[in-house]
Amino acid sequence: MATKVVMEALSPTMEEGRLVEWKKGEGESVAVGDVLAEVETDKAVMELVARAGGTLLKQVVPAGTTVPVSQLVALIGEPGEQVPAETNGKETTAKPKGPAEAPAAQPTPDENRPTSMPPAPPAEPRPAPSPSGRQPVPAPKPSQPGGRVKASPLARRIAEERGIDLSSVSGTGPEGRVVLRDLETAGATPAAAISRAMPRTGDGAPYTDTPLTQIRKTIAKRLVQSIGPVPTFYLTSEVDMERVWDAREALKTLGDGPKVSFNDIIIKAVASALRQHPACNAWWQDDHIRYWNEVHVSMAVAVEEGLITPVIRHTDLKTLREIAAETQDLAARARERRLRPEEYTGGTFSVSNLGMLDIVEFTAIINPPETGIIAVGRIAQVPVAHEGAMTIRRRMRLTMSCDHRVIDGATGARFLQTLKAMLENPLAIVY
Amino acid sequence: MPTLTYRDALNQALREEMQRDPDVFLMGEEVGVYQGAYKVSRGLLDEFGPMRVVDTPITELGFAGVGVGAAMVGLRPVVEFMTWNFALLAIDQLVNNAAKMRYMSNGQVGVPAVFRGPGGAALQLAAQHSQAFESYYAHIPGLKVVMPATPSDAKGLLKSAIRDDNPVVFIEGEMLYNVKGEVPEGEHIIPLGKADVKRPGGDVTIVCHSKTVSVALRAAEQLAADQVEAEVLDLRTIRPLDEEAVVSSATRTHRVVVAEEGWPFAGVGAQVVDLIQREAFDELDAPVLRVTGADVPMPYNKQLERAAKVDAGKIVAAVHEVLYK
Repeated sequence: MATKVVMEALSPTMEEGRLVEWKKGEGESVAVGDVLAEVETDKAVMELVARAGGTLLKQVVPAGTTVPVSQLVALIGEPGEQVPAETNGKETTAKPKGPAEAPAAQPTPDENRPTSMPPAPPAEPRPAPSPSGRQPVPAPKPSQPGGRVKASPLARRIAEERGIDLSSVSGTGPEGRVVLRDLETAGATPAAAISRAMPRTGDGAPYTDTPLTQIRKTIAKRLVQSIGPVPTFYLTSEVDMERVWDAREALKTLGDGPKVSFNDIIIKAVASALRQHPACNAWWQDDHIRYWNEVHVSMAVAVEEGLITPVIRHTDLKTLREIAAETQDLAARARERRLRPEEYTGGTFSVSNLGMLDIVEFTAIINPPETGIIAVGRIAQVPVAHEGAMTIRRRMRLTMSCDHRVIDGATGARFLQTLKAMLENPLAIVY
Repeated sequence: MPTLTYRDALNQALREEMQRDPDVFLMGEEVGVYQGAYKVSRGLLDEFGPMRVVDTPITELGFAGVGVGAAMVGLRPVVEFMTWNFALLAIDQLVNNAAKMRYMSNGQVGVPAVFRGPGGAALQLAAQHSQAFESYYAHIPGLKVVMPATPSDAKGLLKSAIRDDNPVVFIEGEMLYNVKGEVPEGEHIIPLGKADVKRPGGDVTIVCHSKTVSVALRAAEQLAADQVEAEVLDLRTIRPLDEEAVVSSATRTHRVVVAEEGWPFAGVGAQVVDLIQREAFDELDAPVLRVTGADVPMPYNKQLERAAKVDAGKIVAAVHEVLYK
């Protein structure tokens, strides 16, 4: 009689685990204490250890699957032993649990289940094998959520250099290994795209969807319970605006083109900083995070009946002159309520400015699914210690609201640091 | 440039070095009157006389020890083993005396000797006479191991080996003695520790030495017909290994196959693979594969012997694997 291996609670708070990788193949012999698989819990990657010896008869769930605690994941028995047909995951140990969250990567239940089998309780859907007892285990595709991407060292290095997300590349090497030639056919790389004319079209993916790790799921769940549907925290930084002030004055003397506002410069700087901090240029998508490879900055515009956020598309690829012209046009048409829907949706990050209304600093509300917004205060001359002496400088406060499900404190702080550095050294915006 | 056989190139190197330096002498079984089991020493007895071309009894341990002693007192012996299979009897002299003397005498006494003879398999000489022992000697700190693949390299490397102040294990290829090639006349010196690109290519590197060089070149021909440009890198010296040449080629091609005649376990190729994974990890697009002799005593049966040896087809197959073809 085969011994059933179930997903164990590897941490006190673990309700489900993602089976990261099988360490024992079907047909391999197993001793008590051998590591059968690696399991990602809500805290860490842990080892699932064999409690019985014999031969691993069957891997009931494929690698990459998220499985509730106590669900069947494998069978251990004598070599050649028939796998019972009803390897449907009836718990052997313990406690039927309350309705667990449906695992994300559940195979669909098999319609042709033998009638002798007790139907699984609906609250706990499980992978159901085909009647033969052999479950078609999908080959782990590299782009599958969660699975470790197999790539040659060279492919890894080149992908990093070119900013290609390996999980978005389908590998043609053995077991889906991403090799150099796969990158060559992977098409437009972000780095290459920036240097090309915008807006970008063609085969370069505009964004990368990243599955939620268990720790990110736990952070999201806990924070939402605590603070509301968008668990926001705030970061404030003070920026010396003397050099931006001078730069803007200098631009004015050119005498042609649209008038460039401070807000335009801030929007451009935000876009450039996002390019350096893609972790802040993301959408929360409930079951995954969408990291955008394009930067579309939304700009909050006050209108008579409220506020609207038109979007400057490909903000990072546009010149300040183009941004200035566009913000003037968008703001004007926003006030006339003449924006088309596609002009105020699809932003990846927002900028809200109340400086012209003499607000020192404020906190802005995130515009979901975006996960970050910068609130811009007034530029005011204030006494500050500068280069060892008390002096009067033009200063401005920026407050960033961050969706903690996506952006952690240090992540947001580093972005804000870059933004501040750019504004204090404006040439860095286009560097 | 004259065309010589590998054996005559070795003969030329010996003759020139014996003419140049009266301390150089040759010693071994049948090297004098019989002019060498493989005729490498043809004519040398006549030219240099029995004091410098010494026929020995069939006592490998004994005459290897005489060679070490002669070197310790200032001569430059070239000790010929009829084959390296027989030299197993003398390995104590090489490992415990030749390799250790300089170290254990605190640099006072060196052993400028060359131990040479054919290694590896020929044809149907069976398990005891078909062995490639370069990894044995390359394992030992204090020994240099040199393995020429062409007549030109044979001459240039033997001259360097004789002039080297350290004990050099110089392994020739029994099947190479009749190979012909152009050999520069006179002072043709190839430094030890320098690998040589025998055929340039950008798609894959085949690292090889001695007899496997010609096999790798044949494989490269076949691959070229398939639009695959293989670089054939001949190590020439196993120790000191030309690490820079190996890493630089691997860095250019990103894919490497290491071929050698010997057995796989702890072979020369294992050392090359270790080097590449350490120094060129981020350049690799595929695991480095090895093509070696089969991990068995060499069969006598002709078909089985063929199956156990490295051939061009096996190298081509390994190249396809690292190219994911």
